Amino acid sequence: MPDTTPDTTPDTTLGAKKGRTVLRLTNATLRFGGLTALNDVSFEINEGEIFGLIGPNGAGKTTCFNAMTGVYALTSGTIEFEGNDLAGRKRHKITKLGMARTFQNIRLFKSMTALENVMVGADVHSKVSFFEALFRLPRHRTTEAEALERARELLNLVGIEGRHDELAANLSYGDQRRLEIARAMATKPTLLCLDEPAAGFNPAEKQRLMDLIRKLRDRGVTVLLIEHDMRLVMGVTDRIVVLEFGRKIAEGTPAEIRDNPAVIAAYLGVEEEDAS
Amino acid sequence: MKERPLDFGALFGSFDNFMSYTAGGLVFGAIYALIALGYTMVYGVLQLINFAHSEVFMYGTFAVAWTFVFLHGTGRVNQSLGEALPVLLAALVAAMIVSAAIALLLERLAYRPLIKKGAPKLIALISAIGASFALAEAMGLRDRFASWVGLDDNLKNYVVPGKARDVYSNPVSIQPKGLFDIGGYSVTDVDLVVLFAALAMMVALDQFVRRTRFGRAIRATAQDPESAALMGVNSTRVVQLTFLIGGLMAGAAATLYMMKIGSTRQNAGFILGVKAFTAAVMGGIGNLRGALLGGLVLGVMENWGSAVFGSEWKDVVAFVLLVLILLVRPSGLLGESLGKARA
Amino acid sequence: MAKDSSETKVKKDRRGFGEKYAAAPTPVKVVAVTLLLVLVYALPLLRPPILTTNSIDFGTVMFRVIAFALVALGLNIVIGYAGLLDLGYVGFYAIGAYTTAVLTVYHYSWPFFLALPAAIVVTMISGVLLGAPTLRVRGDYLAIVTLGFGEIIRITVQNVEWVGASAGIKDIPHPTGIGAKPNPPFDQGGLFQVPRLQWDGFVPIVDLEHKTSFLAFGSRDAVPYYWLILTFLLLILIGDRMIKASRVGRAWEATREDEDAAELMGVPTFKYKLMAFALGAAIGGMSGSFYASSQAGYINPQSFPLLLSMLFVATVVVGGSGNRWGAIAGGALVAYLPERFRDFADYRLLAFGLALTVLAVWRPEGLFPPRRTRRAKAAEAEIDALEEGTENEEVTHA
Ligand SMILES: Nc1ncnc2c1ncn2[C@@H]1O[C@H](COP(=O)(O)OP(=O)(O)OP(=O)(O)O)[C@@H](O)[C@H]1O
Ligand SMILES: [Mg+2]
Repeated sequence: MPDTTPDTTPDTTLGAKKGRTVLRLTNATLRFGGLTALNDVSFEINEGEIFGLIGPNGAGKTTCFNAMTGVYALTSGTIEFEGNDLAGRKRHKITKLGMARTFQNIRLFKSMTALENVMVGADVHSKVSFFEALFRLPRHRTTEAEALERARELLNLVGIEGRHDELAANLSYGDQRRLEIARAMATKPTLLCLDEPAAGFNPAEKQRLMDLIRKLRDRGVTVLLIEHDMRLVMGVTDRIVVLEFGRKIAEGTPAEIRDNPAVIAAYLGVEEEDAS
Repeated sequence: MKERPLDFGALFGSFDNFMSYTAGGLVFGAIYALIALGYTMVYGVLQLINFAHSEVFMYGTFAVAWTFVFLHGTGRVNQSLGEALPVLLAALVAAMIVSAAIALLLERLAYRPLIKKGAPKLIALISAIGASFALAEAMGLRDRFASWVGLDDNLKNYVVPGKARDVYSNPVSIQPKGLFDIGGYSVTDVDLVVLFAALAMMVALDQFVRRTRFGRAIRATAQDPESAALMGVNSTRVVQLTFLIGGLMAGAAATLYMMKIGSTRQNAGFILGVKAFTAAVMGGIGNLRGALLGGLVLGVMENWGSAVFGSEWKDVVAFVLLVLILLVRPSGLLGESLGKARA
Repeated sequence: MAKDSSETKVKKDRRGFGEKYAAAPTPVKVVAVTLLLVLVYALPLLRPPILTTNSIDFGTVMFRVIAFALVALGLNIVIGYAGLLDLGYVGFYAIGAYTTAVLTVYHYSWPFFLALPAAIVVTMISGVLLGAPTLRVRGDYLAIVTLGFGEIIRITVQNVEWVGASAGIKDIPHPTGIGAKPNPPFDQGGLFQVPRLQWDGFVPIVDLEHKTSFLAFGSRDAVPYYWLILTFLLLILIGDRMIKASRVGRAWEATREDEDAAELMGVPTFKYKLMAFALGAAIGGMSGSFYASSQAGYINPQSFPLLLSMLFVATVVVGGSGNRWGAIAGGALVAYLPERFRDFADYRLLAFGLALTVLAVWRPEGLFPPRRTRRAKAAEAEIDALEEGTENEEVTHA
């Protein structure tokens, strides 16, 4: 794609666009047999926000991601992404629409290099056909060169300098998590969904991750963040939705959430765990 | 080869025809079902296609034939089911032992090292394909092996020098006795024994898996191997037990097959294995009752198919059926579960 | 610019000696490749001692070796790149062969070079027809479904008069050559004739009695067929390399590694699986087409047993799945060894069966990663280079 610049430069029109709804869940309900993993959940995410999705283990956060990205179909309710109803859409089409995600349990292409992993993400918008690739026609060459450049830039951005050609499997745990972010970013998302990106990170790494998330937002990407680390969530997000047993129990700014008695009740056990 | 038009009359022309194809199909379906159990158990527990299970069955058929040769010599005789019964029982024991041994050997050599290493499924399947080949070929080369060790003379009744790949028959052919007619089909004592023996074994196995401690361990492992291991289930043992049961059932199937058909060969397992697998998938792989249903349905359907299209298309009917089932109902007729749990 | 980037990809694919090769200056590379090509083309004429088969014509063996290598290359796309276990590949080989036979002699009388592309198209379509419904089912089911497909094809050609039934199809014409048809034993056809070598122990003698006609195809001499199929093999090889180092190759690899993750990263995995399946089918069909119109000009259902499918899979896996040179080497070995060691022929299936299991068990990751281990090494080398200066790096890659 010739046009690679928009999201690499800070979006100056951010203020103007803020308020446009990127994602809207309306009465989303999802049942697995007898278990209701999402129960009548509604919320909206606006463009340019860093949005937190928190809740105790098993609250349905990952399930929410899975429903958004087309892995599971909702039992009832709707999910709208930039005005498109996502019901029945193929997973790769949803990604192409501009929603990208990472995985709670890392799912990289292990025997591909870090660079190749990111290139796979970058290929989403490639218009290169089989024959153009076979005969190395100009579009293949320019697209490939641009994707390569972009991939390297993203790898450096997330902090994987100098290990571009390492196999994903051989990267350190932290690098693997960061690589997932780079791979997702390569698809040029409007909404980036991060599922516990800081799991297993030390405080310094968490700090760097917070900086990175802010940097991504400044590039015009809306971020949806699942995270258990309260300090990180409170420090970086603009708004938060809290789930418990599949139900939304609170929504608001970090300050509001911190003082919400329902949230405190839901989190009492978890807070202790975090502290230890 | 002649080309014939579709002959729906052969199947639907008369009630007698229809019943006779159906009854014949049920008998074969029972054998498919018994073999299918081996696929279904292993798949339920390991999520692996035990491709070499066909060879477990094939070795069982040879165990049956050899038992007959051993106890009878090679003089061809016809016996009724009653006369042949003692030898048949001996053959059943031999076949179950041989098949179970081969199954356990497979587990030990071709699977366990891979499971330990957490290898991808594709690799396990390739390992199984390799083992299947090696086993079938080893049987096909048994005359060579015998001559290597200089035993070809002593063993010539068993290896048929130079003809190891040919059809190898029981010296005793069991003469079925017609008992009563269903439609135009004369139901014989052999048919009834095959059908009921297969049913009885399945019921026994079903109860074993549902009601015993071992069965619980199998179901627990099928459901969630990690939790089962945490709760003290020895997963290696469970896997072994699974292969053992599959082998025993294949041995029984081999005996019934030899009763009905009377001969086998080095590649006899292949097509039966694929069909039994088809039956397992049709019923819902991992589901014991599904294996029974799938086996019977497959046996009947392919008999109907061969009535309509001609018997040379029998295998094609079976394969097309497999593809259709996978498309329409990928988890089979009864759904996939070992015991109650989703595997 | 982009050429450089594809060069780096290629470099990662190479073996130890390949790195040395990559480091050599361009003229040296050109000379080396040219020499190698000449050697490969001339092999059946050079008839090197030890290598040459005694009981069966060496040219014929070499033709078969390349035919198998071509099949292996096609199946490598399906199994090695896309991770789809296709156990019915012989079905496509048969469809290619039968399409050619039907078009050139049995029902029509097209020239070979028209029938070949037709055969390729027909097999490709049959690949799509088989793949479209089945590639959606679970991966390990695919193995069984394709196995069934291989059997269906064989049973069909066995029973349908229109394609010769069990008697098969004979007198399949040879490809149209240039110049006169060869006229054995003193071959005079073609554009010109090339003599071959005869070895007296290790002393080469030019054998003027047996000449190979250049670009003419007869029933005695297999060498022209060898040249023809070798040329196609090389073309496919180049194409394979181009596709592998492109978005298509990446999509295949990602799909094989983790289909769900690939899908969620925007890869239409079904489309790419189908593409791999159809391409593999087309290459298998191409090889079948060459097989049908080779010297003997005769095919029957027995030429396409299911065992052949297993051999093909063995070829790819033994050679190193996902590695095109490994696949070619595997194909060559599978076709060559039994001919060179005829006494061994009876045991080859046993040996392949054991080899598959032993390989899988001893090196479960070893079937796939010889290339990747190498790649990791190449990556290290690049990191070393990188440490000398990042700007420099950027220039060479961007
Ligand atoms: N495929 C599935 N089938 C059945 N139940 C499921 C499935 N996926 C999730 N669940 C159940 O849904 C509930 C919500 O799970 P989910 O993974 O969304 O939780 P989570 O909020 O992400 O928790 P964690 O913080 O541990 O990641 C859990 O009870 C889980 O067991
Ligand atoms: Mg989660």
